[in-house]
This record gives sequence, C-alpha cells and structure tokens, in this order.
Amino acid sequence: MARFGMVIDTRKCVGCMDCVVACQTENDVPEGYCRDWITTEVRGTFPSLTMEIRSERCNHCDNPPCVYCCPTGASHVENFGKTVQVTANRCIGCKACVAACPYGARFINPKGYADKCTFCMHRVKEGKDPACVSVCPTRCMHFGDLDDPKSPVNELLRTRTHHTLLPEAGTKPRVYYLT
Amino acid sequence: MDITRISRRRFLKITAGTFGAAAAGVQWHGLAPFAIAADAPAAKGVVEIPTFCEMCFWRCGGIAHIRDGKLWKFEGNPLDPQSRGRLCPRGTGAVGAHTDPDRLRKPLVRVGDRGKEQWKAVTWDEAFTYIADKMKAIKAQHGAESIAMFNHGVGVRFIQHVLKSYGCTNFAGPSFAQCRGPRDVGFTLTFGSGLGSPEPTDIRNTDCLVLVGSHLGENMHNSQVQEFAEAIERRVPIIVVDPRFSVAASKAKYWLPVKPGTDIALLLAWMNLLVTEGRYDKAFVEKHGLGFDKFAAEIKQYSVEWAAQETGVDASLIRAAALEFAARRPATIVHPGRRVNWYGDDTQRSRAIALLNALMGNWGRKGGLFIQTGMKVEAYPLPKYPKSDKPLADNPDGTKYPFADEAVTTGIREATLTGKPYPIKGWFVYSTNLIQALPNEAETLKAIQNLDLLVVVDTIPSEIAGYADVVLPEVTFLERYDELLAGWGRTGWLALRQPVINAPADQKPGWWMAQQLAAKLGIPESMPFKDIEEYLAYRVEKSGYSFADLKKKGVILGPKKPITVEEGLELSFDTPSGKVEFWSDQLAKKGFDPVPKYKNHGTAPAGHFRLITGRAPVHTFSRTQTNPLLAGMMRENEVWVNAATAGSLGLKNGQFVKLKNQDGVVSNRIRVKATQRIRPDTVYMVYGFGHTNKMLKRAYQKGASAAQLNTKYETDPLMGGTSIHSNFVTFVKEA
Repeated sequence: MARFGMVIDTRKCVGCMDCVVACQTENDVPEGYCRDWITTEVRGTFPSLTMEIRSERCNHCDNPPCVYCCPTGASHVENFGKTVQVTANRCIGCKACVAACPYGARFINPKGYADKCTFCMHRVKEGKDPACVSVCPTRCMHFGDLDDPKSPVNELLRTRTHHTLLPEAGTKPRVYYLT
Repeated sequence: MDITRISRRRFLKITAGTFGAAAAGVQWHGLAPFAIAADAPAAKGVVEIPTFCEMCFWRCGGIAHIRDGKLWKFEGNPLDPQSRGRLCPRGTGAVGAHTDPDRLRKPLVRVGDRGKEQWKAVTWDEAFTYIADKMKAIKAQHGAESIAMFNHGVGVRFIQHVLKSYGCTNFAGPSFAQCRGPRDVGFTLTFGSGLGSPEPTDIRNTDCLVLVGSHLGENMHNSQVQEFAEAIERRVPIIVVDPRFSVAASKAKYWLPVKPGTDIALLLAWMNLLVTEGRYDKAFVEKHGLGFDKFAAEIKQYSVEWAAQETGVDASLIRAAALEFAARRPATIVHPGRRVNWYGDDTQRSRAIALLNALMGNWGRKGGLFIQTGMKVEAYPLPKYPKSDKPLADNPDGTKYPFADEAVTTGIREATLTGKPYPIKGWFVYSTNLIQALPNEAETLKAIQNLDLLVVVDTIPSEIAGYADVVLPEVTFLERYDELLAGWGRTGWLALRQPVINAPADQKPGWWMAQQLAAKLGIPESMPFKDIEEYLAYRVEKSGYSFADLKKKGVILGPKKPITVEEGLELSFDTPSGKVEFWSDQLAKKGFDPVPKYKNHGTAPAGHFRLITGRAPVHTFSRTQTNPLLAGMMRENEVWVNAATAGSLGLKNGQFVKLKNQDGVVSNRIRVKATQRIRPDTVYMVYGFGHTNKMLKRAYQKGASAAQLNTKYETDPLMGGTSIHSNFVTFVKEA
C-alpha cells in the first residue's frame, strides 16, 4: 500500500503562487483561505544573501498530532496512500487540530469544519498529480509513493540534499524540500 | 447539453449558409455570440474548451473546464508552445476575471464632470449613437485623424480596424514607448530586427544566462520561466544584475547589485574587457560585423575598475561574471529584457546589450538567440483603408523620434495638449489604463480636457474609465472570440480564442462592438461578415487548416523550420549595411552616439531614495488587482527598504508610510517591507496598485501607485520611450 509524499525542489521554485491559485480553483477553497502557501526564507545581510522559497502545505505526517487530538475521529489517516484527511460531516469545528498542527496547515472552513490540503486525493485516484504539482510552471514539485524505492520521489531524495519542516516537532512530515 | 457540440453545429450552419457568400454590408442580426445560449440549461458534468489566455501578453493556450455550466478552472493546453500545458498564476486565476464582482456590466455615459464618475447606464444602441455622432462631428471639423486610439492586447483588432476604415491613423500602445520599444529599437539598430514577443531566447539550450534587471520568476512570462527553471535544474550559471536581490538573483551564481542607472557602465566595461582579452567570437565579428575596430577603440576608455566605481560592484565580481559568460559562448544569452524603459537612454543600453550578444556570436545560435519562424495565415478580404495626407500626430514624419518604428503614446498625448501638428479631439482607449501606463498623470488629465470624446473599452473600471465620456463594458477573453493568434517562435503556431462561458451581464465582445460602430458610422462594408466565426473560419480554412479541428484543439503548430545556424539557417541582417553594426552610421548621421555612452543618472539627494519598480507574478499591470483570486494572493504592494536603512529611519516591517517624490507628490499609504534584499540607496515597489477608481471596490486605495510618483521622466530621444526609474522619494510617516 502506497504512502504518498511530496518532494519540492526549492532551487527551481520561484514562489509565483501558481500552486496556491490552482488549489483554490481545483478545490473551491473559500475566498480568504488557502490550503497551500509560499514561504521565503532569507539568510545573511546585504549583499551576502541566500534565499529559500518553499511551497508549503499539510505535511501528511507519519506521526500526525492533528489526528491524535481529534475528539470525533473526523481527522484520520486514510488507508489509501496513508494521507491525513478530514471527514467534514464528523467534524465539530472544535479547532483542536488547528491548534495541534505545528505548520499552521489547517483552518476552519466557513461551512464549519476543519479544512486543509488533501493531496488532491480525488485527482490522485484518477491517476493525476495533485493540482499544485500539475500546474507548477517550474515543475519543481514531485508527488509519489515514498514506500516505493523506485519512485521518482525516492530517487530525488537519494540523490539530493533535503530537509523537512520542523523535524524537531517529531511529526515525521512527508513533504520534503530539496536544497 | 454539450457545449462543444453546439458550437460545432453552429459552425456547420454557418459554413453551409453563409460561408463564402459574405456580401458586403451584411448586418449582424443578434445571433448569440456565445458558446452557450443564455437560457440554455446548464450542462451537467465537466466540459473542456480550449482558448488562449489574455491575462497578460504571453497568450498561452489553455483549457477551460466548465463544471455543471459554471467556470471551474483554467488549465494549460499541452499542445501550446507558450504554456506547454501549464499556465502561470494569472492564467490559472483567470477564473477570477470572469467572476469579479467589480466588472463593468453595462454601457455607461458620463453625466457629471470628467473624472467625477457620475454615470447613466444606457443601451448599446444609445452608446454607439452617442459615439458615432461625436466622431462624425470631429471628422467634419478636424478630420478622422483627430481621433486617436490607445490599445493593448489582441482584442482591439476589429475596433481598430473600423477606426482605420473611418480614416483614423493614430494608434499607439504603451507596449512600445512604455515597455519593450527601446529594446526592439536597440536590437534593430544593431542586428536589423527587433525581438518581438515571445523573445527568441533559447534558454532551453543555453549554457549561461545573464539577466540585466530582468526578474524572471517575478515576471511570469510563462514558457520563458519554464525554461529558466530548466536552466536552474541543469545547473547553468546565472548572472543577475539588479539593485535588488530578486528571485532570479537568489538562483544566480553571481549577483551584481549595481547602483540603479549604472547598467551601461557595466556593459561597456564588460565589452572592453572581453574585446581587450580576445574573449569574443572573432569569426562571427569578422564575417558579420561592421565598424568593429572603431567600436573597440571607442570602448577602450571603460575599465573594469571605472565600472566598479560607477556601479558600486567589486571589480573582481564584474570580471568573474564576464569570464563566466564569455567562456560559454555562443550558447550564452545576455537577456534583452522586456519592460526596459528605465532612465531615458534605454535604447542605447539595449544596444549595448545587443552588442554584447554580438560579441558572444550567439545570434541565430543554439543556446543563444534563435531566429523566430511563423506560419502563413490567409487574410480575410477587407476593404482598403482610406489614404490620409496628414502626418502621424505622435512623431510627424519621424522628426521627433527618428528611430521610433511604432507610434509613441506620449507623442499623441502631447499632440492632444498642444494641438500640433493638428488637434486631437477624440481618444479611444482599449484595455489599457492610461492613468497608470503613461508617465506623469497630470499631463494625461490635462490632455483629456481638450477632448470632445473619450471612449474607454475595458472589462473593469480602470482609472482612465473614470474620465471617459462613454464606457463600453467588454466581455473577458473567456467569453469571446477574438482575432486569430498567429504566433512566431521556435515554430509558428495558430491559436484560437473562443468563448468558454457566458458573460454575466450585458457585456459584449470587441468584434461585435466594432460591427455596431461601423453601422452607425455608415461604413458597414468594413465588417463584411455575418459574425466573427465566419471570419475566423474563412481565414483558417483558406490557410489549409480545419476550423473545426482548431476549435477542438485550440492550437495548431506550424511546420518546423531551421531557427539556428546549427539547424542549417543562413544568417542575414536587415541593417542598412547588411551587417551587425558595431559602429552605427545610422545613429551618427542623426547626431546620436554611434557606440553607446554612459551617462550618470545622479544620486538620490540626502534623505531620498531612488524608486525602482517591477512586476509581481500574480498581477498584470494595473488590471488584475480586483480579480478576487489574484487579490487573494497579493492584495496590496509594499515598499522595499533596506533593513538597516529602515532601522535608522525608525521604520518597522508592515508599518504604513506614504512616499513623497521630488516634486512633492505624495502616494497613497503603503506598507514597509524592511529587507536585506535591496541596496540601501534604493526603494522598490511592484507597480499597478494604489487604485483611485472607487468602482474597483476590492482594489481601491490598496497600496501605492508607482505611476503616480512618476512625475519626473526622461524621454528617449531615439524612439520616445519614457523612463520610470527617474524619481527619488522620501518617507512620510503615517500619523
């Protein structure tokens, strides 16, 4: 059984936010909210600078605090792809998961339930990449099965230096950033 | 109901009934110009319709997805060379252009004073009667030449055509004098041809890319950015010259944070270094160059050390960057840039860039600048335009701007102000917000006062629409047919714009407006087709392609032809000498520098900073700030200030300030972005914000307008380009 993850090449990303816009239209994300976003991290002082640009979202953690804290079981790990999902009609909008997520990846949809990136499972089930991956003009994002040693995502992780966000939180995030 | 099926059936009806029998004077009788009739029940499920994008000027092919009769999303068309299956954020956000609640909805006629934004909604017939009456009066008194047009984008085609048929001759786009004009003229002077759009930069195959002020990645010129990302992946060295640590600079091997306005010093020193050390393509220069020795002698005076002093960049860095890109010739590109109207000597800077490319011998070479190719598309037989015995108003007989090869917007504005060479009494403004596009708003507003007629055609209520006598609401590109796109690139391509969804209100497409106007002006024969589908089908079928196929695919690629020497292309140069002109006799004859010279553009006075501007990936000019999707990505602009400078001025990140320029003009409030990513003597903002038209509810007074602060501008004496980086500003703290 697959364990989906994402590998994002920060060298190629230009931070254009196309991934954010595509997620909005693909998933009808309500205005004023987003399921993915861009972070730029600048290091150094003028003129000795480096910058990392990252497209960020739910990390679909292997050790997901949002799932553990959910009082109703709405937040759960889906069998298909081991992704973290929310069953909207089981969610009571208590925001425990919003508080528990160290990445700020969740919000309460105006319709009353916790909302976040789904890794576009509706597309993946049709054999497509998530919308953000498909739209990216720089082709900096890669989606695939982390349990398949032959998958392109694992190939990238084997050959390139990479990091995850807040590894110290112990959440075992599954979105990797190539540097 | 299946949308594509309806369209195809209608196409068949048209071809059966009227194709080829387009008698002159056929009037349009109200066949719905849309893919779906307004009262048709919404189709269930998802229907995909290809069209090409107009969110910017790159014109990428996309596929609209209509779900249950509503526009769901807009994705790239894999067949299209501009998008290669992926749109940029603005293209993806085109859905917001359709749903934008701030859109113009009905034709409006002004009732109060100009600019007071008091309107009365009228019918289309009333609007065209009003316009035609005014036009007839202007023509009777001054001649049709006294009605000018400013335009941007594909959609202007038929309105422009009807104006030309009426005898109008003055048409200008800010895309020339306020954007890429200096570049194209600089390259034409050197190589005999400009670069056009998309630029023929073979980034896909290059071994080194030099960007002088170009901020690829922040300007999302789609296929170009895609190739840029590929170059990064291939670990191609990138060299960026920019006062700001742009996104591109963050990807670069060498970043040269030059003092703004000193680019020419750097370029001259680079050329001298490479010529002196023999690091240039001698074979290319020998075979194709003219006046190289005089050129070499002229640039001898510019040392790297001198350039270091002028630009504020270490000599070692200047040298290292030059050796890097020169070593990779001819597969090296010094990017020509696009919006290059910075300081008023931009044609000469572009010429320096052209000459640097010539030294690399990269013209028509793989990994350099390839030679675009197109495909032949037949014209629809249209009546000839009447001849005019008057000169063009902007640049009479080329006396004002001898090397301008397109009309100069500010030249028309000046003619409107002065009445010379003849009065300009009417303006048609199509899809360009002149208040933000032209320098010095005050001059534009003054010119407007001399007009008897100002018509604005747009999808949103731009600032210029606020001053119009008549505002004509156009449907967005997603809701209309337009002229065919016959693109030039690695191969030619033919792309179709077709409606994918109904307009939400009483908006109409440009071609329909043109037909109505032609009838009112008494020249219906200028639009001798029943509707635009007939026109398009004629052109496509006559060219040997299937219109039905084009409707289905959106794009047809032309034949592959050689575009580089490697592919067997013979180089030729359309300069007067037939050579690459290192020393330009053309320029010398007209009293200009035959080899570019450096001019010091000064330093900001104490307490002031030079204001430079650029693009954001999610916005185009001043026309997308009200798009709900794109506003969600970037609602307002920020003023970038060096963090240390901000600290010494007591400015905090996120704090609102106003900017005051050297002429005392104060901007709307704008947030401070205190950052290491910019020189201490420079501030930066993305242009297009700070809207003042209240009808743009979402964008009204969000951020500051760079255009408003551009009151001091230099005009390029070669071709009339107007600068946008000549202003100095200081901070006014919000109370």
